[in-house]
Amino acid sequence: MATTTDPHRAGFRLSQLVYDTRYRSMTIQIVALVALIVAGWWLVANVVQNLSALGKDFDFGFLSSRAGYDINQTLIAYDNSMSHGRASLVGILNTLLVAFMGCVTATVLGVIAGVLRLSRNWIVAKLMAVYVEGFRNVPLLLWIVLIFAVMTESTPQPRDFRVLDDGTSAASMLLGDTIAITNRGVFIPAPVWGSGALVLGLVFLASLVAIWAYRRWAFARQERTGQIAPVFRVSLVLFLVPTILVFLFMAFLSDRQTLVAYGGADGQDLAGFAQALGPDGRVTACVVPGTTQALLVRRALRNSDANFSLVEVADGEAAIAAAEAGECNLISQPPGVDPATIPAGGFALSDGIRSGNPVEFDVPVLGGFNFEGGLQVRNSLIALWLALSLYTGAFIAEIVRGGILAISRGQSEAAFALGLRPNRTMNLVILPQALRVIIPPLISQYLNLTKNSSLAIAVGYMDVRATLGGITINQTGRELEGMLLLGGFYLGLSLLISGVLNVYNNRVKLKER
Amino acid sequence: MKKSVFLGAATVACLGAGAAAAQTLESVQENGVLNCGVSTGLTGFSSPNASGEWEGFDVGICRAVAAAVLGDPMAVNFVPTTGQTRFTALASGEIDLLARNTTWTFSRDVDLGFSFAGVNYYDGQGFMVPRALGVSSAQDLDGATVCIQTGTTTELNLADYFRVNNISYEPVPIETNAEAQQQYLAGACDVYTTDASGLAATRASFENPGDHVILPEIISKEPLGPLVRQGDDQWADIVRWTLNALIAAEEYGVTSTNVSELASGTDNPEINRLLGSEGELGAMFGLENDWAQQAIAAVGNYGELFEQNIGESTPIGLARGLNAQWTDGGLMYAPPFR
Repeated sequence: MATTTDPHRAGFRLSQLVYDTRYRSMTIQIVALVALIVAGWWLVANVVQNLSALGKDFDFGFLSSRAGYDINQTLIAYDNSMSHGRASLVGILNTLLVAFMGCVTATVLGVIAGVLRLSRNWIVAKLMAVYVEGFRNVPLLLWIVLIFAVMTESTPQPRDFRVLDDGTSAASMLLGDTIAITNRGVFIPAPVWGSGALVLGLVFLASLVAIWAYRRWAFARQERTGQIAPVFRVSLVLFLVPTILVFLFMAFLSDRQTLVAYGGADGQDLAGFAQALGPDGRVTACVVPGTTQALLVRRALRNSDANFSLVEVADGEAAIAAAEAGECNLISQPPGVDPATIPAGGFALSDGIRSGNPVEFDVPVLGGFNFEGGLQVRNSLIALWLALSLYTGAFIAEIVRGGILAISRGQSEAAFALGLRPNRTMNLVILPQALRVIIPPLISQYLNLTKNSSLAIAVGYMDVRATLGGITINQTGRELEGMLLLGGFYLGLSLLISGVLNVYNNRVKLKER
Repeated sequence: MKKSVFLGAATVACLGAGAAAAQTLESVQENGVLNCGVSTGLTGFSSPNASGEWEGFDVGICRAVAAAVLGDPMAVNFVPTTGQTRFTALASGEIDLLARNTTWTFSRDVDLGFSFAGVNYYDGQGFMVPRALGVSSAQDLDGATVCIQTGTTTELNLADYFRVNNISYEPVPIETNAEAQQQYLAGACDVYTTDASGLAATRASFENPGDHVILPEIISKEPLGPLVRQGDDQWADIVRWTLNALIAAEEYGVTSTNVSELASGTDNPEINRLLGSEGELGAMFGLENDWAQQAIAAVGNYGELFEQNIGESTPIGLARGLNAQWTDGGLMYAPPFR
């Protein structure tokens, strides 16, 4: 009789998949996976079948067809003969713009409000509590619509700025007639880059590098010797002074351009030329759009009270060709041009114009219906931006407050014992540690803000939801494709934001060595 | 094995869903109510009155169809839609009929997969400006800020018109007529553009209608009409011929007051066929033979519907113009009932 002590080596039985704990969990997972795949497949098949029943195909070709609609705020060149894809891109950039502006402002607001809510000053602390609770507990859409309505109803129309016969006007511009707040948006001077702008930009970049280097040096010296260098004041000087000096130098060097009139006579000035054309005559100037030269020609024409219009051409040579072809009767020539080389048929006017600083400001001026020139920050953008910032800022304030409260009191007591003043304690001891607690929830606030920007539709801000997800879908009937693209865009953007912030989080989080 | 059963069931479910889409009439009759998409509020065309009841020219079409199909003009569930949501609502089956001053265009008919049942109002796009601006022509609008309802053909017509005339403008996209009105009155835009009938209706609701002018330019053809999902020809026929019945009724002098009297039989066989006292027209598309009689009794003929809601006796004050009967030099022309 032989007894065996070997373990029973029976073959694998199917029932083990259910009753044997070694396999059961795997079985459940595989069954769940199959169920998931089948459910997904069923949804897709259902969609495909219903689409084909409706006679619709699945095609992204509409992105390359002509859009046909106009968009008011475009960060890149766009007109209605471009494609739906281009219109979507314009919308994407508008979304990114408001999301970026919103994130920056919300962070600043949130940090300030969060810190101040912990202030020992009763009024300040309560004011911040009112702000936080007010914005956190009212739907964002209401804030957007409310701010938009207030801006539309309480600000003057552009025509209220018109000076009436008795010399008065219902509204006037601010800051030396450079900024106009209207119910269509705020018009501010727009920078126009001239020939020396590149040098100016490089100088500015160099001063940024200098600021960074100086701060590094100051920090290293403080670590080494304990002496504190005046970082803020020196940084401010480095930030402003070199750029301003270079600007003034280049402005000093700038020469005068010659204005060449066709059909004029030698020795005339601009006003004389305009007058010589008679009451029905019109000065038409060929200019290259977007240049300081175009800006200065327009300004000179405005100041001369001439009846004028501008013809846009590609470059200086095209301007000469257009003038010789009779399409315009005024062009401007670069400084230092030899009067002998002035193109045939033209006469140099006696009053040239400045050739322009590296940066000129295009100041808005009241035109026919609207302000012309300058940069229009539309009410829809302002309302959306303010509402998103204030709303998300309230949440960030709570996160910041929570982060600060998470740091043990002993830390600030120790800092005070070392003689650090309260704001240094906050900046050097509390906030750096609080950041570890603040950053992770902050990421989701940024994501919220970005996605909430799709509420733009409420105020007619042309974000990607309004272009691709609104007008394009409506004109082409490609709901499924459009919504998939839109979903893909927001998903990609959110992953990108959280990816970037996770890298930052890994840098500031507690490192255990 | 189980999987294949499941898939089979899924396929059957899909086919069932496809088949159901082709039977709008049955589902309407089964539910006893017609789901009709209308605008969110455009005086004269479709808006709720003081007691919350929907009324207007487009609403009349919904009621006429409900009367023809269900015998009850009040059995309508009105679904307010915006320019952007209307097509999705129709395509998804949320509504059975869309009567929301919608322009009949090639791509909507062909590519979006809808069937237009005819034209109930021949319109064109116009511009309205405050009188104080002193503008007398659309050609003077260079640099103006224009309020448009987004997701409409007006948006595209506007872009084309300004492009062709080489005029610059600033579009302000707006979701509904009410918002557009508010923005326009606040002066956030200089110009409001939409169908001329819509402009007249909007202006009629202003405090001082006389302070606003509608410019003479009509920049597009906007044939407005009710539409249904493509693929259910029976339902499309019902809506098309209900509209034709209203138009024909005006031509033959059938009104809401004399319809019951005429329905007992007249000397005119065309009227008899229309009202069901002769022939089996209603049965041909699955309705009672008195379908047209019901529709006319409920809302009146086309002319009555027009005069009650948007005609010259109303604050909106639209002239018949292109929408007069063909016998009066207009475009309203119903094919024969035979």
